[in-house]
Amino acid sequence: MSGHEFTLAGATLTALPSGALFWAQEACLTVSDLHLGRSGRYARRGGALLPPYEVEETLARLDADIAACAPRTVICLGDSFDDLAAAELGERFALWLARLMAGRRWIWIEGNHDPGPVALGGEHRGEVALGPLRFHHIADPGATGEVSGHYHPKARLAGQARRCFLVDQARAILPAYGTYTGGLHCDDGVLRDLMAPGAVAILTGRTLRAVPMPRRKENP
Amino acid sequence: MRPLPAPFTDWFAKRGWQIHPHQQALLDRADESALLLVAPTGGGKTLAGFLPSLAELAGGAHRGLHTLYISPLKALAADIRRNLTIPVMEMALPIRIEDRTGDTSYTARRRQRADPPHILLTTPESLALLLSYEDAPHIFAGLSRVIVDEVHALAESKRGDQLMLCLARLTRLAPGLRRVGLSATVEDPGAIARFLARHPDPCGIVDADPGPDPDIAMLATDTPPPWAGGGGRYAIPEVLAEIKRHRTTLIFHNTRAQAELFFRDLWLANEDGLPIGIHHGSLARAAREKVETAMVAGELRAVVCTGSLDLGIDWGDVDLVIQVGAPKNVKRLVQRIGRANHRYNAPSKALLVPANRWEVVECQAALQAVKARDLDGDPRGSGPRDVLCQHILINACSAPFDADALFAEVTRAGPYATLTRTEFDACLDFCATGGYALRAYDRWQRLMLREGRWGLRDPRAARDIRMNIGTITDSEMVKVRWQNRHGGQPLGEVEEAFASTLTPGDTFLIGGHVVRYVGLREMALEVSPAPGRKPKIAVFSGTKFSTSTQLSERILHMLQAEAWPDLPPHTAEWLVLQRSVSRLPAPGRILVETFPAEGRAHLCIYGFAGKAAQQTLGLLLTKRMEEEGMAPLGFVATDYATLIWGLETVADPIPLLDRDALRAGLETWLAGNAVMKRTFRNVALVAGLIARNHPGQRKSGRQATFSSDILYDTLRRYDPDHLLLKVTREEAMRGLVSFGRIEAMLDRAGGQIDHHVLDRVTPFAAPLFLEVGKIPVEGAGRERLMDEAATRLMAEAGLG
Repeated sequence: MSGHEFTLAGATLTALPSGALFWAQEACLTVSDLHLGRSGRYARRGGALLPPYEVEETLARLDADIAACAPRTVICLGDSFDDLAAAELGERFALWLARLMAGRRWIWIEGNHDPGPVALGGEHRGEVALGPLRFHHIADPGATGEVSGHYHPKARLAGQARRCFLVDQARAILPAYGTYTGGLHCDDGVLRDLMAPGAVAILTGRTLRAVPMPRRKENP
Repeated sequence: MRPLPAPFTDWFAKRGWQIHPHQQALLDRADESALLLVAPTGGGKTLAGFLPSLAELAGGAHRGLHTLYISPLKALAADIRRNLTIPVMEMALPIRIEDRTGDTSYTARRRQRADPPHILLTTPESLALLLSYEDAPHIFAGLSRVIVDEVHALAESKRGDQLMLCLARLTRLAPGLRRVGLSATVEDPGAIARFLARHPDPCGIVDADPGPDPDIAMLATDTPPPWAGGGGRYAIPEVLAEIKRHRTTLIFHNTRAQAELFFRDLWLANEDGLPIGIHHGSLARAAREKVETAMVAGELRAVVCTGSLDLGIDWGDVDLVIQVGAPKNVKRLVQRIGRANHRYNAPSKALLVPANRWEVVECQAALQAVKARDLDGDPRGSGPRDVLCQHILINACSAPFDADALFAEVTRAGPYATLTRTEFDACLDFCATGGYALRAYDRWQRLMLREGRWGLRDPRAARDIRMNIGTITDSEMVKVRWQNRHGGQPLGEVEEAFASTLTPGDTFLIGGHVVRYVGLREMALEVSPAPGRKPKIAVFSGTKFSTSTQLSERILHMLQAEAWPDLPPHTAEWLVLQRSVSRLPAPGRILVETFPAEGRAHLCIYGFAGKAAQQTLGLLLTKRMEEEGMAPLGFVATDYATLIWGLETVADPIPLLDRDALRAGLETWLAGNAVMKRTFRNVALVAGLIARNHPGQRKSGRQATFSSDILYDTLRRYDPDHLLLKVTREEAMRGLVSFGRIEAMLDRAGGQIDHHVLDRVTPFAAPLFLEVGKIPVEGAGRERLMDEAATRLMAEAGLG
């Protein structure tokens, strides 16, 4: 599988082109910020009726990653659903998810969009520790060996903006996996403060590319 | 002949004025349901439009709104209000005149709805907003006349389509409503009349005397123009001399960035300190108003400006117009020339300043066309359906509607006269359910059918819809203002894409100031003065026009001459050299050159199809070359040619230009194309699928919003027949993609393609190497460059 390997707290992790993170030793696949049901939430609010295909698109990619990695554990790092009502996916997608969940441990981490349990089975956790790593939704500035999401980082290289992983000695921040998600440029202050000097941005796309995390030049 | 009421004849007599024949014609034909007046600038068009209203209102019997005046510019509405108030006051007529634009205060707007004036001056967008209110029938019940000013300009964009839908609505609310359109000189008045007509009723045309031929020439300069690029800064000494020789000069530029650069250099060379101002659409309103006021007061000797001064505002005593850069379009040139000498029946004086060698040729062709009164223009297509979608939503905001009645109403608007019921129903379905193949929103429809009428499911949605009224979808702009310690005043705005390239300390030009970017605060760029620094150029996109088909044809014919005595020697010699080294492009043929240069293989196609089409041609050809392993690396396009470079020499380019292959390539290429995505964004904004970003509304974390590109990709994959994709395709074919012009070019040539193999760059191709706006090819070559960049950055950071 074409991925980009890096080490975090002694664990060898692989960033995948899709934006998922695979930990081969534990057979653990992590995805963040699926935001399933976003179009439905917009419609309920009386707003624009977005193309109702993002659940299908997101699940199709997740299905492909699961087929390729055959994980024993899948961790969804929060904001898996755009809100709690969005977790009522309808029969077809509920069955699809059930098929993906069958035969493996499945952990829903709570995010800011989707606190509380959903009726789809699996474990519901605020955070989870596996070996040397801790998984939760929003990065904690003091933590080490931390895997989180929430910020939807993206970075620009040779004029192209791509969703990206941000990795330093203490943490990895995952890109948003969901189809209907935007991004926060990694030169934003909050990401700049969170990531240590020497942090690397791994850009997703057909091929993964690692570059020093782009930072805005300081005010002269 | 219908006589004017007494106060009018007295007023005219007191000023020593005589009513113009076309003004009398509008009075005489005031009862016609639709009438178009075509008159040159300075022909007293506006007064002609208003005279019948003033005459009808002079008796004081009319209650409520009588006349609605629509102008494309807010400033024009305010200007006309001032100009109209003077005669009304002097004749002591019992007429209340008010304007209503986005700048009108909330209280004034509320009052206007409750108690409308006799004459209301407004813009298409403000009218659409008024029609979205529940009390629209009350406001417009007594409306008798509507005057559409600068209707030729409105007809060029979706704003005109929206306005015609609004007029159809107004005609429902006020069945006796009469329409009058005021137009500058156009190539096909009949087309504008059909656009304006209360379909199927006809629209009459009144043609005013076009006036004497303009006095127009190319500005002679000591320095020849550069080989490529724009701006015309080489001509500044001669331009300054002309400013000194004339009372007031307008200096038109095609883009805002060029106006800024020219203004700065003009100011540096202005040793006599002549009062010269700058005016363009990106400047803050206060800055523009200052220039406008100084201009009207006769305090300025020159104004450097863009299309923002193309339309009607009365600038007083302009006696010279200088057009910098090729005019691209003869009709616009004629309208601009008309700005000089705002007096009827006096010849206007104008000078052309070509920005580079190609433009010398183009300016010469434009001069010939102006003398021959040969105007150009492309036929306007039928009304776009994204505008109709917005109109349907606006109707639903006002009151639940009957679909049959709305369809009947919409087809009375000229641009939608041929709309089929199926097309209408698809738009209604889009508004109600999203129109997706997957019927996902049955419970959450936006519009619901209740008791035979379509209305909003959630009345709160009306607010969102009103916030998004309008069809102007410029790229997102960021405000620029002085840092607080430099006064904090707004300077203008720049495109968000440009703002995102700035690093604190960078300098750029705006409003003639060189400023240093300090930081971003409350969504505005804060800047400090940086006089004397070399600015990083602001890339205001402005509107980039393609050279018209007619003008391109004229240029090709000109190139066939034996010699070019009318052209300056530097340009004539360049043509001679091209003829001896390769050959000159000819009408009905396509010239293709291949040659090596700078270590790359080059392919140059002289299609003369206009910049947009030449750009599309570049995208299509590089895609095919990529598929065939020719490893193209990039291309650049101008109005005349496309230059492609790559790793492999193209031995036989003729099969690449096969029409069917290009058409097939177009379909697949449309998939991931940036031009299509930009077009889709505009369509989605107008149709109400996505909302505009409003200042102050934006969430702090940008991760909350996602790009319309994602919606485009998703629709392409899961719902390729969706209405908005169809609309996007239609629009791109005419606009940014201009595939129609590529097909026309291939048809004209009918396979007569001249391929010249050369051992080095040709005289015509050389300037293309200096063009800005090179487009990289997204292919194997690009991927390789990304890899190289990533490896280099990692190595530099010691992370490899």
